[in-house]
Amino acid sequence: MDTRILDRFRAIVGGDGLLTEPEQLRTYECDGLTNFRVLPSAVVLPTSTEQVQAVVRVCHEARIPFVARGSGTGLSGGALPIEHGIVISLTRMNRILEVDISNARVVVEPGVLNLSVTQAVWPHYFYAPDPSSQQVCSIGGNVAENSGGAHCLKYGFTTTHVLGLEVVLPDGSLVHLGGPTLDRPGYDLCGVFVGSEGTLGIATKVILRVVRRPALIQTLLAAFHSTNEAGAAVSGIIAAGVLPAAIEMMDNLAIRAAEAAVHPNYPDCGGLLLVELDGPAAEVAALMVQVRAICTSCGAWEIRLAQSEEERAAVWKGRKAAFAAMGRISPNYIVQDGVIPRTALPEVMSEIERLSGQAGLRVANVFHAGDGNLHPLVLYDARIEGQEGRAERLAFSILELCVKAGGSITGEHGVGEEKKAFMPVMFAEPDLDTMQRVRCAFDPERLSNPTKVFPRPRLCAEKTGPYQPHPLETAGIAQLF
Amino acid sequence: MASVVEPGSVDEVATLLRDASRDGLAVIPRGGGTKLDWGRPPRRADLVLSTVRLDRVLEHAWGDMTATVEAGCTVARLQHALAEHGQRLACDPLWPERATIGGILAANDNGPLRARFGALRDLIIGVTLVLADGTVAKSGGKVVKNVAGYDLPKLATGSFGTLAVITQAVFRLHPLPHETRTLTFTAPRLEPLCELALAIQHSQLAFVSLQVRAGRSAEPGLDVGFEGTRAGLDSQQDELLRLAADVARVDPPAAVWRTREELWQGTDPAVVGTFSALPTDVRAFCTELRDACTAPSLDWRAVVQGLGVGHFRLEGATSDTLVTALQRLRAAAERRGGTLVVLRGSEDVKARFDVWGSPGDALPLFQRVKQQLDPGGTLSPGRFVGGL
Ligand SMILES: Cc1cc2nc3c(=O)[nH]c(=O)nc-3n(C[C@H](O)[C@H](O)[C@H](O)COP(=O)(O)OP(=O)(O)OC[C@H]3O[C@@H](n4cnc5c(N)ncnc54)[C@H](O)[C@@H]3O)c2cc1C
Repeated sequence: MDTRILDRFRAIVGGDGLLTEPEQLRTYECDGLTNFRVLPSAVVLPTSTEQVQAVVRVCHEARIPFVARGSGTGLSGGALPIEHGIVISLTRMNRILEVDISNARVVVEPGVLNLSVTQAVWPHYFYAPDPSSQQVCSIGGNVAENSGGAHCLKYGFTTTHVLGLEVVLPDGSLVHLGGPTLDRPGYDLCGVFVGSEGTLGIATKVILRVVRRPALIQTLLAAFHSTNEAGAAVSGIIAAGVLPAAIEMMDNLAIRAAEAAVHPNYPDCGGLLLVELDGPAAEVAALMVQVRAICTSCGAWEIRLAQSEEERAAVWKGRKAAFAAMGRISPNYIVQDGVIPRTALPEVMSEIERLSGQAGLRVANVFHAGDGNLHPLVLYDARIEGQEGRAERLAFSILELCVKAGGSITGEHGVGEEKKAFMPVMFAEPDLDTMQRVRCAFDPERLSNPTKVFPRPRLCAEKTGPYQPHPLETAGIAQLF
Repeated sequence: MASVVEPGSVDEVATLLRDASRDGLAVIPRGGGTKLDWGRPPRRADLVLSTVRLDRVLEHAWGDMTATVEAGCTVARLQHALAEHGQRLACDPLWPERATIGGILAANDNGPLRARFGALRDLIIGVTLVLADGTVAKSGGKVVKNVAGYDLPKLATGSFGTLAVITQAVFRLHPLPHETRTLTFTAPRLEPLCELALAIQHSQLAFVSLQVRAGRSAEPGLDVGFEGTRAGLDSQQDELLRLAADVARVDPPAAVWRTREELWQGTDPAVVGTFSALPTDVRAFCTELRDACTAPSLDWRAVVQGLGVGHFRLEGATSDTLVTALQRLRAAAERRGGTLVVLRGSEDVKARFDVWGSPGDALPLFQRVKQQLDPGGTLSPGRFVGGL
């Protein structure tokens, strides 16, 4: 990178806010999806909104693409650097700016960790979206990915809890979207920004809503012979009009991996359910009776009820460690993230089993079962010639399966780099083109994480109008897919 | 006079819009027509595009608790269909018998159930939009959890027909409640009721709706709604009554959760508006309403949801008095970080008072979004914030 540009960055963030040495840059070459790696030209670590603006203005002037980065735990390559571009790391902007308990609001900088928000309002309140990575992932990353977690079934995703944003647009200007109060006049661009995966600008301040902690929380653990039985119990619970705080499911392989890694003392069964109910004590007690009865009638052969904070933590430990636990039973694995309508679970499970047999690879399954969000973990050994490729193909055919069942290619990990080629499986070209028109309103020069999410960039200078094939496409040089 | 067209399919909507754009006509999308006068009068209106024939419930996937519905379907009809399987769209907008799905989305009209189930933006999971140039675009999907692509259902929600015509929406549903219960309280003054409303929000009560009613000539009231099992309701009621020791419990008024609708009844001249405030500022705003309406001929009423969104009516007096009161109220709302918008009002009032108020530093971005999706200014030109 041009040293004059680097000098300008240094003048903004200081010597210790700029990384240019290859061994320093190495840390930033990938996110949680480690099979994509690109070395950025530089990494800048601003400490204030003004610094972010100044850095982005330099990028804008010199047409340098940039990628915002939080904690780098993303699982779709969203924070993967762009060649000849820079990474803007928000980790130093990690102050909690305001805690307003009486209005259940917290204002934070983007580098604040998810769990820190809950800690700031504990013990009466909590921050509801709780990705399993909550101890390390940043609010900025959560906002960009619209992250979910086990408790989103009842409480909603990140987007439900973001009231307002301060955003540095890709030309360096500052805008405020949403705000401290609800329903502010204007387009809901706060809602559009959440989940836009760093492609619309950089969030530098976030107004979050926190939630009152319920009077009682109970977690039921139920062991079934199969995931089909467990799935039937999930449908039964929902059909009975019960809305649990969380319903999680694990299959036998996932249970055994969790057992090997963190010894949660789960029963060795074909399908395990965790059902968490929360609310006023009498209500929870009444509904728990129903949930128990439904589980039993669907074939649960062991049921345990965790009531104390410690018992609950023990029950959750195995589930929260499920991804990392795969390392105990397989040298390598791919974490997949797809969504299906809940009722399609039995068919989709048996189809996954068939595909897994065909590929000769094991698949462990962990689900946010209440909302049909599957996390199949495809196990393989990279040292064995050809296995990695087979594993990738298997992971992708599972995604196709999800879309065919009426679902989505991602429920919480995002499209990023990994799944952009899959967007046309889910969306028609006019759909994607319309989204990109919105992108053009924010980032006409395509500088903010430009190569992610969409399979083909729209040239913003293109006349807006009904979708027309790209000139390269008509010339037969590029094919959409 | 604008002519009315009633397309019977998404394709017809697309063709109509494309032709209208080409011919430079201004098009006003219309559902039940219940909120057509909200916002600013459009600069031009050549064609009214009515969704009246797009009124089908396309799918109720009750096992998955989702439904796909056309924009022209009324809220009541949708609810009726969903109730067959014990489910509902957990929202309670104004005039459900006449208001359509497209209309409540475009106007972002949320009722008190929002306290528990979220606003429309939280319930909508997919949308089909037709842009001014005839492009038909879907976004979101049919599953509750989905982060593929931008969240255009949220962009459409509250866009007041200025970005695209909504032709279809997909919602997440909730079960009909086992049982419901409403407790109503009153007091000679508003303050203790506002205090109680805050105390309830900080308690562990799992209320589904909460509203404060106030007005110049009416006893103030606080309504709290619950849903659940009999046992759960009984114990919550006990707990609430303990919190409410200082105020009087009375029977709820008739159709208690529709009292917001009464703000649209009365005699002209009058304005109906909405405001947003931090929950702790609701009381101050109500005081401000009282103080702004000291003129003897000026009556006021308000219904405020706990989360800090309220509707109010100012009635009587002259346009002058109304505008002066509105200016004062907006200043008071904005001083505390809130907002104030006029929905219904005479042409005269709307000409003299900026009904939307300032959208702040995001206006240029709003304009660019409008420019991208509706570059010719075909859809409801001038109706929205900042002349959009
Ligand atoms: C073990 C493990 C478990 C996980 N479990 C879950 C889970 O249960 N649910 C879930 O949803 N996810 C989960 N994730 C994925 C990941 O943790 C989340 O996506 C998280 O939100 C990423 O946050 P981050 O700070 O690491 O962001 P990064 O990975 O650094 O960045 C993610 C994206 O956000 C953008 N970005 C970052 N900061 C900003 C900003 N300030 N402004 C604009 N864009 C920005 C980046 O450009 C990138 O596109 C898991 C990951 C791991 C490793």
